[in-house]
Order: sequence, then C-alpha cells, then structure tokens
Amino acid sequence: MNRRSSLKNLALIAVLGAGTLLACAKEEPKKPEAPVAAPAKPEPLKVAFVYVGPVGDAGWTFAHDLGRKYAESKYGDRIKTTFVEKVPEGPDAERVIRDLVAQGNKVIFATSFGFGDSMEKVAKDFPDVYFEHATGYKMAPNLRVYEGRFYEDAYLAGIVAGEMTKTNVIGFVGSFPIPEVLRNINAFTLGALSVNPKVKTKVVWVGSWFDPPKEAEAAQSLINQKADVLLQNTDSTAVLQTAEKNGKYAFGWDSDMSAFAPKAHLGSARLNWGLYYDKAIGDVLNKTWKTEATKWGVKEGLPEFVALATFIPDSTKKKVEDAKAGMKAGTVAAFQGPLLDNTGKEVLAKGVVGDDKWNGAVNFYVKGVEGKVPSGK
Amino acid sequence: MNEIALLVAATLSSGTPLAIAGLGLLVNERAGVLNLGAEGMMLVGALAGYAVTFHTGNEWIGFAAGAGAGAILAAFFGWLVIWLHTNQYATGLAVSLFGGGLSAYLGAGYVGQKLGEHPDLSIPGLRDVPFLGPAAFDQHLLAYLTILGTVALAWMLQRTRAGLVLRAVGENPESAHALGYPVRRIRLLAVVVGGALCGIAGAYLSVVYAPLWVEGMVAGRGWIALALTVFATWRPVRLLLGAYLFGGVTMLQLHLQARGVQVPLQFMSMLPYLATIVVLVLISRNPAWIRLNMPASLGKPFYPGS
Repeated sequence: MNRRSSLKNLALIAVLGAGTLLACAKEEPKKPEAPVAAPAKPEPLKVAFVYVGPVGDAGWTFAHDLGRKYAESKYGDRIKTTFVEKVPEGPDAERVIRDLVAQGNKVIFATSFGFGDSMEKVAKDFPDVYFEHATGYKMAPNLRVYEGRFYEDAYLAGIVAGEMTKTNVIGFVGSFPIPEVLRNINAFTLGALSVNPKVKTKVVWVGSWFDPPKEAEAAQSLINQKADVLLQNTDSTAVLQTAEKNGKYAFGWDSDMSAFAPKAHLGSARLNWGLYYDKAIGDVLNKTWKTEATKWGVKEGLPEFVALATFIPDSTKKKVEDAKAGMKAGTVAAFQGPLLDNTGKEVLAKGVVGDDKWNGAVNFYVKGVEGKVPSGK
Repeated sequence: MNEIALLVAATLSSGTPLAIAGLGLLVNERAGVLNLGAEGMMLVGALAGYAVTFHTGNEWIGFAAGAGAGAILAAFFGWLVIWLHTNQYATGLAVSLFGGGLSAYLGAGYVGQKLGEHPDLSIPGLRDVPFLGPAAFDQHLLAYLTILGTVALAWMLQRTRAGLVLRAVGENPESAHALGYPVRRIRLLAVVVGGALCGIAGAYLSVVYAPLWVEGMVAGRGWIALALTVFATWRPVRLLLGAYLFGGVTMLQLHLQARGVQVPLQFMSMLPYLATIVVLVLISRNPAWIRLNMPASLGKPFYPGS
C-alpha cells in the first residue's frame, strides 16, 4: 500500500468514524425494557420548529422560541421538540422541512411568511404530518395558518404615546409598506388620537426588517423633526436605544425590551406564541386537529402589551387597561368606522368594524398620519 | 434652522464610518492592493469592538480591539495576495464572505446584549453656539479624529518620504523594488493599516452608532467605502467630503420622508453607486486622467524575481 492510498484510507476511516459517532449521538438512548406490569408508555409526539432568524434576535424568533419552550413545559415528556434556526426563505426551506419530516416529526411549525410555498409542497407529500404556518394564507387538509393581531398592541401603544407626547408628534419606523405594517401605523395613530386629537404621526421607511444602523438613523431623523414617542416595526432594539440617547420615548416590539432603554421604554408589545403552540399540539394529541385560520388578538392574549413604565401616570395606565378590557369584551376595536384615510376618503362606514378581509387590503394611511404610502412597485 | 443643524449633525455622524473605512482602503489602493474584503473586515471589527466594550466597559479599548481584529483578517488577506499571488478580486470577495460568516458565528452570544451608558463627549461651551453648536460640536470624538486623520493622511501622502514610497510601490512596484524598497512588506503594512481602519469603522457602528451587535449589521457600508475611493479619485480630502455626501444623501432621504415628502427608497440607496459609476466614466474617458488618478499597479500582483 503506498502512502497516498493509506492516507486516503485513514481519511475514510476518520469520516466513517465521525459519521458513526454522529449517528450514535443523534439516536435516542436505548431505554431498558419496561417491566411487564407497567402500562406501555406512548412514544412522545415529535414537534419541529422552523425559524427564519437566530433565536437570540431578542425579537421575532426569540418570541417564537419562548413559545416552543412554553409548550414543552406544558406537555413535558409527551412531546419532544426541535428547532432549526436561520432558515432562509426560499428553496432551502423546503429541504429543511423535508429533512425534519424524515426525522420523524409529526408537527411542523414554520414561523415566517416566506415559508408558505415550501410548506405547501411538503404538506402534499406527507398527509399524515400536521403543518402549521405563521402569518401565511395557504391551506390544505393538513396545512393551516395562524397569526396574531399585532395591531391591537400598536393601538394600545398609541394610547400611551398620545398621552405622553409633549410635541403632539409621534413617529413610526417602518420596514416595508405591506398591509401588516400599515395596519400597525394606522392602529398606533388611532390609539393616540383616541386620547389626544392633536396628534400627528410621521413615518420613515427603512426598506429592511433588520438594519440597526439605518433604524437608528431613521429614529434620529424622526426625533430631529420633533417626534418624541416612537414605535417601530423593525426587529432590532436600535430605535429604542436611539430614543434613550435623545431623552425621548419608544416601545419594545415582539418581546419585552425594557432592559435596553430603562428611561425611554414605555411598554412592550410582546407576542405570546406559546398559547397557540399549546392549543395546536393539544389538537394533535387529542385528535381534534382541523384545517382553519387562527387569528388571535389581545382577547386571546397572543399579543400582549406588557412592562408599562412605572413613570407613566395612573390615569394613562387606566385608559390602557380600559381599552384592553374593551378589546376582550368586544366593545373596542382598533379599526372602527367612521374611518377616513389621510386624503379624506371614507374607508370604513359608520358603525362598521374592519374584518379580516378589510385588514388584508389596507394600503393607505388613516387621517392623522402624514405623507403618502410609498408605492411598492 | 435647528432642523438643518440636526441634519448636518446626523450627516457628520453617518459619514464618519464611511470615511474611516474609506481612508483605510485608500491606503491599501495607493500601495496597489485592491481590498474587496472591506465588508468582512468591518464586520469582524464591529464584533470585536462590541464584545470588548461589553466586557471592559471602555469603548476606546473596544476600538483598539476592532482595529486589531480588522488588522488580523487583513494580514491574512495580505499574505494570500502578496506572497501567494492569489487573485486580489477573488480573494477579497472570499475574505468578505468569510469575515461575515466568522463574525456571525462568534458573535451569536452577543446578539441582544446591551452596552453601558455612553459618556457625553460633546464639547462644552462650543455646543451652545447657535446653529454651529448642535450641527458640528455634538459629535463623538472619533468624528473629529477622522477629520484630523484625513488631513494628516493627505499631508503624509503628498509631502513626506513615507508617502512617496507608498505611492511609488503602488505606481510602479518594479522600480521601487529596483531602488531597494521592500515592496511586499510595504504592501502588507498598507493592507494591515487599511484593515485596522476598516475594523475601527465597524466598531464605531456597533459601539457608538447603532449601538448593538447583530450579524451582517454593517449592511453594505464596506462596499460604499470601496466605491468612495474611486469616487474620490484616491484623494483623502475628497474622500472625506464624499463620505459626508453619501452619508448626507441617506439622512436627507430619511429626513424628507419624515417631512411627508415621498422619495423612492430604493433609488436613494443606489445613488452612491450611481455616483461612483459616473466618476469612473468621467475619469476613464481620458487616459491622461486615469494615469493622473488611479494607482497604476492597482489590483496587479507583484513578482519580485521577474
């Protein structure tokens, strides 16, 4: 055997060895045979999560992972969860989802809009696996969608903003002008107007979900133009920290961000995905799973406005609590007619509450927001 | 009036990281090495600066760490292109991607962390001058150092022996070699200095500007800095002005949005590159201009034996 081939063999052995080791590591430790008398324990249900970002993003994905942990604590050893983070939206996602199915997962949660096509394709091939897609719209017999009414939190934040602003100018740092974000801008403005009719909202778009330096610049330019309470729909803490630097106010989004800016933080719009994961996994375990679109709001507790700053006056806190109670009772809605857009056109008639179809078609600013929605095309 | 002062202030602070990285790349390119790895070097600098500031609480040690991290990656790049004669373009791109991946991997634990309070560094007295105070005297110390550094670099390149040697190496490495200058070592030094400056620029973004760490947070500013060197036709003072111009365009765009003026977002973000192409076209139309401006050996490997 010459030297080269012996080296080759050595490499082969190393690779095989590593492979075997990996395989061993992945395999469940073999349990000793259960005593004959004990009742047979059912295999745990395997549940997998596909995340678009890193679990440490302090925002969107972090909130989903808290939900996964919540479900795990709830069901204990009846389920076994895994997750794959930083999965790019697009063809790679399909490969990841197929791989998770091949590993024996029976429930797959995909937590970003862009996973929709991949979920649909894989769901077709595996009818006995349950697929759950966050913020999506495509459904099939074994594929359903879920999302939160985030705008209700934006409305509650708006109430605080309307009360706390001294300049009557509030600001919003937006990512992309899509209905979801426009709803938040509108709800934020309407919440503020409900307590302070003089409020105006200024909007700056950064064209990204995540560009901290640019988010900071956008926040700064809003502050430079007299906005003194800011909300954002982007995923980092940069807006909050810029407000802190300037002695202004802002909110946390997706998760409790109070630790990042103790002086500027007024409250956080937290997403309690765990409530839905609890329900969905329960549906599978109890065999009551059926295709449906779940949209949960403040009433169900999925979006929750938390960690209100201690320095907010009690009268303001009460207004927030009243609105929350109203949302739960169904007497307060973020979008309630008569509602005008900022060109004066009526978008909701008197007495009409915006339904999901209306929500999905929002492409305007309500009265009180300055400027024009940038055209996407 | 006050609004304009604040816009000027925002322009200065948004142009500063572009200028720091741009000056570093200018030094590289004046020595004949094109460093497309700038983005990656800024990212490792941003992470190192953030991590060290996080643990020590001192941002200046953080900047030093950012410079060190950028310099190490640059030294690796320099070794590849100067000694092993790898293609500068391909190696630069690879280093850029490598720096991005490495910083994302090592920095995962620092995402969502928070730095301590910033000391107020604005200049008392001057800060209260109407208009000029808020516009120019409320910046981080690094912003002023950048201006000083630009002037110093311009002087060094044009008026000192060291600057002459650096330019000689970039213009005609064979002649410099024949005269007995260690061309490869001078190039490596230039690359390391350039990487260190990119690292500081990254650290400025993560420690002062955002201030937070997250993967990919440099978000293309390394490429803008590269475009800047061409835009400035390799002159430091022009580069500084160009950095403020590019920073100013971004800030103006955001400012106009907040005023309710509709501006096409994507168009504004491509403006720096468009401006660079225009400058390239202008200087390339005239061979004499190219000779006057562009370092003659830029991007070409140097073989000392041949």
